[in-house]
Amino acid sequence: MLAGLNFATLLLSVAVCQGSRYKDIDSETVSVDQGSTYGSLWPLPQQVSLSEVSFKLSSSSFRVVDAEGSSAGPSCNILQNAYRRYYEYVFGNPRKNGHFKRKAATSELSELQVSITSGDSDCDGYPGATSDESYELTVDQPYAILKAPKVWGALRGLETFSQLVYEDEYGAKSINSSKIVDFPRFQHRGILLDTSRHFLPIKVILANLEAMSMNKFNVFHWHIVDDPSFPYLSRTFPQLSQMGAYQPYTHVYTPGDVKMIIEFARLRGIRVVPEFDTPGHTQSWGKGQKDLLTPCYSGPTPSGTFGPVNPILNTTYDFMNLLFKEISEVFPDAYVHLGGDEVDFNCWKSNPNIQKWMDEHGLGKDYAKLESFYIQKLLGIVAATKKGSMIWQEVFDNGVKLPADAVVNVWMGSGLQEEMFNVTAAGFTTILSAPWYLDYISYGQDWQRYYKVEPLDFKGSDSQNKLVIGGEACLWGEFVDSTNLTPRLWPRASAVGERLWSAKDVTDVNDAYSRLSKHRCRMVERGIPAEPLFTSFCRHEYKGN
Amino acid sequence: MASCTICLPALMMLVLDLNTVESVWPLPQKLAISEERYPLSPTHFNFYYGEDQASIMTDCSLLDSAFTRYFPLIFPDLTSGNGVLPSTEEKAFSLVVTMNQKDCDGYPNEGSSERYQLNVSAGQAVLNSDTVWGALRGLETFSQLVQQDEDGTYFINKTEIEDFPSFQYRGILLDTSRHFLPLKAILNTLDAMAYSKFNVFHWHIVDDPSFPYQSRTFPDLSSKGAYHPMSHIYTQSDVRRVLTHARLRGIRVIPEFDSPGHTQSWGKGQPNLLTPCYKGSSPSGKFGPINPASALSYTFMSQFLKEVTSVFPDPYLHLGGDEVNFSCWQSNPDVRAFMQKMGFGRDYTKLESFYMENIVNITSNLNKTSIVWQDVFDYHERIPKDTILHIWKGLPAQYKAEMSRMTKAGHRVLLGAPWYINHIAYGQDWRISYNVQPLNFPGTEEQKKLVIGGEVSMWGEYVDATNLSPRLWPRACAAAERLWSDESQTRSAEAAFPRLQAFRCSLLRRGVRAEPLSPGHCRDEYRGI
Repeated sequence: MLAGLNFATLLLSVAVCQGSRYKDIDSETVSVDQGSTYGSLWPLPQQVSLSEVSFKLSSSSFRVVDAEGSSAGPSCNILQNAYRRYYEYVFGNPRKNGHFKRKAATSELSELQVSITSGDSDCDGYPGATSDESYELTVDQPYAILKAPKVWGALRGLETFSQLVYEDEYGAKSINSSKIVDFPRFQHRGILLDTSRHFLPIKVILANLEAMSMNKFNVFHWHIVDDPSFPYLSRTFPQLSQMGAYQPYTHVYTPGDVKMIIEFARLRGIRVVPEFDTPGHTQSWGKGQKDLLTPCYSGPTPSGTFGPVNPILNTTYDFMNLLFKEISEVFPDAYVHLGGDEVDFNCWKSNPNIQKWMDEHGLGKDYAKLESFYIQKLLGIVAATKKGSMIWQEVFDNGVKLPADAVVNVWMGSGLQEEMFNVTAAGFTTILSAPWYLDYISYGQDWQRYYKVEPLDFKGSDSQNKLVIGGEACLWGEFVDSTNLTPRLWPRASAVGERLWSAKDVTDVNDAYSRLSKHRCRMVERGIPAEPLFTSFCRHEYKGN
Repeated sequence: MASCTICLPALMMLVLDLNTVESVWPLPQKLAISEERYPLSPTHFNFYYGEDQASIMTDCSLLDSAFTRYFPLIFPDLTSGNGVLPSTEEKAFSLVVTMNQKDCDGYPNEGSSERYQLNVSAGQAVLNSDTVWGALRGLETFSQLVQQDEDGTYFINKTEIEDFPSFQYRGILLDTSRHFLPLKAILNTLDAMAYSKFNVFHWHIVDDPSFPYQSRTFPDLSSKGAYHPMSHIYTQSDVRRVLTHARLRGIRVIPEFDSPGHTQSWGKGQPNLLTPCYKGSSPSGKFGPINPASALSYTFMSQFLKEVTSVFPDPYLHLGGDEVNFSCWQSNPDVRAFMQKMGFGRDYTKLESFYMENIVNITSNLNKTSIVWQDVFDYHERIPKDTILHIWKGLPAQYKAEMSRMTKAGHRVLLGAPWYINHIAYGQDWRISYNVQPLNFPGTEEQKKLVIGGEVSMWGEYVDATNLSPRLWPRACAAAERLWSDESQTRSAEAAFPRLQAFRCSLLRRGVRAEPLSPGHCRDEYRGI
C-alpha cells in the first residue's frame, strides 16, 4: 500500500522552491468564494430544499429529544451522547444569559425530535458494512423532525442539522426552514491512519474520529503495526509490543486504549477495521516473536537480517491462529485487514530451507505462489474466527483464491482502471484508495484533485459498479505524527468525504470551495485545527499553537 | 553572588563523532566535546554573574529572565510532570556568565555581537561574551548540551566552545495579512527562533487581503481593512508584546509595510490613497497600487512611516516594493498626465522608481535603513547605496547572478529566494534548504562581505495558526544552521540528519509543534492535536 518509497533517501521529484518565480500565487487564478446556495453543508446531502423562512434557536430553551414512537429511548447511549454533543456544537460553550426572560418568539424553533423508525434501532450495536445511514430531516415549526431507520442515520442527520444552524448579525442562532432527504452514495468511507511509522497519542486518534463524524466518514482503517514499530499491546503475545514498540510503556495501545477508541468510534457511527499487515511489513514483529520472520542468508550463512514472515513453518500458523483469534475478539467489526502488500522476495530467495521447501511442494522458483500459499492459509485462519478479510490488491493480482466476501483494496495508481475492472469482473467488492494518498503533499489547493476523482471511472457494467463499495483517504505516517496530522488531513480529506457521500453530479468546484471554506472554519471552531484552503479568515481562529 | 575563575587547565579533549552524540543545533563554529561527563542536579544548580561584574550586573533583567526561562529548559522534567529525579551525586554546578559590555536595556541591532565562549568543566561552566546577545546564544547552547541518561540523571560533557554567527542577519518572515496569526502563534514562533539562533523576525504585517496593524494615526486602516476590526487586529500593546518577547530573546523585529503594490487593504480605510483604475474614460470602481502621481500619497506615507518608525525600534524598515502591476496606472488619465509631466514617457518602471525613491528618502529622513525587494533594484539601479536589497526570485543560477550584480553595485544583500518554505513537497525538503551556499556566486571578497544574511519565508496563502508551526519547524532549522554555522563543517545534510532529529525532539519537549523528518519517535511526543 505504500508506493515503495524509500523515505530516508527520498528527495522530492518536484523542485518546488527553486521553480517558483512568484512570491505569491496569483489570487485570481484560484477559486474565489462566491457563496453557495447550500450554505456550509458538507458533504452535500442527496436532496436539499431550503426556504428563506428562518427560525431562531434559543440556547436556554432549545432541546433535542426522542420523538414519540421512536424505537430508541433514553437508554440509547449513542443518541443521548449525540444530542448533547450537537447541542454544544450548535450553541458553543453555554454562556450565562443573565436573568433576562424572554417570551418565545413566534419564529422560534424549540425542538428537534429524533425518531428511529425501524423496530431495532441498533442502539447497542456496532456500525457494520451494511448499516443504514439514511435519514430525513424536516425543519419547520413547531418542531424540526429527524427520521432515520437506524441510529446511524440519526447521527448523520444530527450533523447535518448542526450545519444548517448559523449566526445572524446579532449572534443569534438561526436555522432556515428546510427539507433534506439523505443517504450515502458509497457505503464504505474510510480514513487510514498509520500508527507504526509514528506513534499517535490516543488524543489525536479521538480528535480525528470526531472530525471524521463531522465529514460523515464511517470507517477508521487502523494501520496499527508495520515495519518500524508494533504499538498494539497483545494480551496473548505481550512481548510483541514489549520488544517491538518504540517504547514499551509510552508508545503502546493497551487493551483499554483500544476499547476506548472503538467505543468512541461506535458513538459516532464509525467502524474500526484494524490492519495487521503480513507477510511483509513485519520487521517490528520479529523483535518480540522469535522464528516468526525468515532469516535471510548471505551465501551459505544467515546474514543476521530478517525478511517477511516465514511461510514454511507450522509455528508461524500456530502463532497467527492465536493472534488473529485475539484480534477477532478485541475488534468487533466483521472485517480485519490482512495487508498482503509489497512482499520483497529477496530474503525468501536467499534462504536454502525455503528453496528446499518450494522444490518439495512443486512451487519451483515462483515466489508469488509462495506468498499466495501463505495468504491462503491466513485467509482460512481468519475465516475460522468468523471475520471477513480485506486485503491490498496484490493478493488478488497474484491469483490467491479469495473467499467470496473478501474486499480488495486498490492502492496502485498505475493501471488503476484496469485493476478496478478486473477486480469487479471477478465479482469482488472493492475499496478505492489509489487517488487519495493524502500523505503526498504539494503546494496549493490539492483538495480539488481529490474532489474531482470519480470512483466509477472505469468501463464496468452496472453490476460491476455496484461492487465498488467505497474508498479511503490514506495518511501514511512517514512524515506525519501528532504535530502535523490533523491539519494535514483536514480539510483535504473532506474532499474525499463529499465525493464518497454526495451524488455523482455534485462536482462544482467553486460551489464546493465556498461550502468547504465555511466547513473548515466550523471544524476550527469545534477544536479541530483544519488548515486553510487559501487566503481567508475564520471568525474564530484556531487558538492552539 | 559567587565568584568564578576563568582559567581552565589545558586538557586533552577527545572529540566525539558528532553523529553519535546528541548535540548542538546550529553547530557551533568550534566545538570540542570530551567523553568526561558531569552530573547536574536541578537542586544544586545555579546561574552566576562573573565576579568583577556582580555589583554592576545585578540589574540585568534581560539575563535574569533568560535564567528563569532556561532553567526549566535545562531540566525539563521539572515541568513535564515527571517529578524531580533525585540525583545520586548531589554536587553543585554553576554556570558563570561574564560580559564585556554592560548594556542590558537596549534592543539588538545589526551591530550586535553574538559571539560567545563556553567552557564546561567539573562543577562549573564559564560563559563569556561581548554582549548580552552573545550570552543569550551561549545559554541556548548550554541548554542543548545538558542531557539525561537512562535513569533520568542530568549530565553534561566536558566541552569547549567558541562560537559566532557566519551571517549577522538570520531571519524568518511571517505573513499576518493573508491569514491573521493570533499573538500566541507569533510568540511561540519567536521562542522556536531563539532555540535555532534566528535573530530577525521580519513581520510582513499587512498586504492586499487584510490590514491587521492598528495604527494610532490612521485607525481606519485596520477598522476598515482588517478581516475583522476587533478580533483580527494587532493593537499597539500587542505589538509591544511582540517587541518585548523578541528583545528578551535577542531577536530584532523588522516590520514590512509593502507598497506601492500589495496595498488593496490599505485603500479601504484611506480614501484617495490607491490609484483608481479606469475602463475607457471612466473609473471602473477598482483600485490599483498607491497613487504615485498624487502629493497626498506622500503626505500620508510620511505621517504613517513616522508612526511606524516610532513604534518599531529597529534601525531597519522593510519597504516592500515588489510585484507592482502597471495596468491600473496605465489606465488612469491623471497618472498618464503625470508621466508626461515628469518625462517618463511610457516607462512605468520609472514611475515606480520615482515612488520608491520618495519612500526611501522619507525613511532615511526618519533615520532608518531601508530594505526593499529586489524588484526595486531590477528596475532602478540608482537607489541610495545604503539600501539593503532582498532577493526573492529565481533558480540558483538566477539569484546568484543577481547577487553578483547587486554587490557589484555596492549594495548589501539579503538572500530569501532559496528559502520560500511555504512551498511544500513530499519528503525531506529540508535538505534542499540545507544545501544552499549563500556565498557561492561570482564576486570579490569585498562583494561577499555585502551578503548580510538570509531569510526563511512563510507566506500565508495556505498557512494560519492551524498549521504554521509544523510547517515551519524543523524545516526552517536547515537555514538556521546554514546562516549560523561554518559552511565547511556543515556541508553534508546526511551528517546533519541525526543531529537535526535530536533537535526536533527537543523542540517538541519545549512545546514547539515541530513535525517529524522520518519514521521514528521522540521520548516526549507532542500531546496536543
